[in-house]
Amino acid sequence: MLVLTKSILEAIFAHALREYPLESCGLIAGESGNESVVKRWYPTYNTAQSARYYTVEPREYLKIERELDSSNLEVTGVVHSHTHSDPYPSVTDVENAVDPSWHYLIVSLRFEKPVCRSFFILNGNINEEELVVIK
Amino acid sequence: MTVEVRLPTVLRQHANGEKSVMEEGATIGEVLSNLSQHFPGMNDQLLTASGELHKFVNVYLNDDDVRYLDKLDTKVEETDVISILPAVAGGDV
Repeated sequence: MLVLTKSILEAIFAHALREYPLESCGLIAGESGNESVVKRWYPTYNTAQSARYYTVEPREYLKIERELDSSNLEVTGVVHSHTHSDPYPSVTDVENAVDPSWHYLIVSLRFEKPVCRSFFILNGNINEEELVVIK
Repeated sequence: MTVEVRLPTVLRQHANGEKSVMEEGATIGEVLSNLSQHFPGMNDQLLTASGELHKFVNVYLNDDDVRYLDKLDTKVEETDVISILPAVAGGDV
């Protein structure tokens, strides 16, 4: 289960819509030992600048890691958008999944309103988790 | 010399959960090689079978990506901090 606030989810959706028609991406952070609650959302630049692919800008990721160093937070997952397909991990997403403990959130823009789902990807296996939105 | 190496979450499981470790080496390659020897679980995730830096990993010497320096031959100083981060990518195909 992944818990996030309505305001963070709305910020994630706004970023995805702003970047459209390109894929959007960003990182989420949570507390060490309690990774199931999203505490921060960091929109990042998609260096692929593509409607089909994303790459989180590596230096932004480094900067985020340094910012989190002084807290008890750590990067706990990545968010990206699928502009024309379902919010489900693609073959590319699975092949590139870097951390089995991370939450992989996918926002689909193929519907009237953005739709977000969250997954764990472990050894090529996809497991969806419940996404709980709180005030 | 000994330098600080900051680890991403995916590698911390191989280093007893530590966010960073101190490691010996005069170059990035030596530091990563020693890191892999001390924490064997990291080996496949850092270097390829031919000894190159894995494409799914970015390594920084302070603020600089070592791929734009001398790669694994990049020299390190005692005050340097090495940061290892996974390349985060994907797509919808």
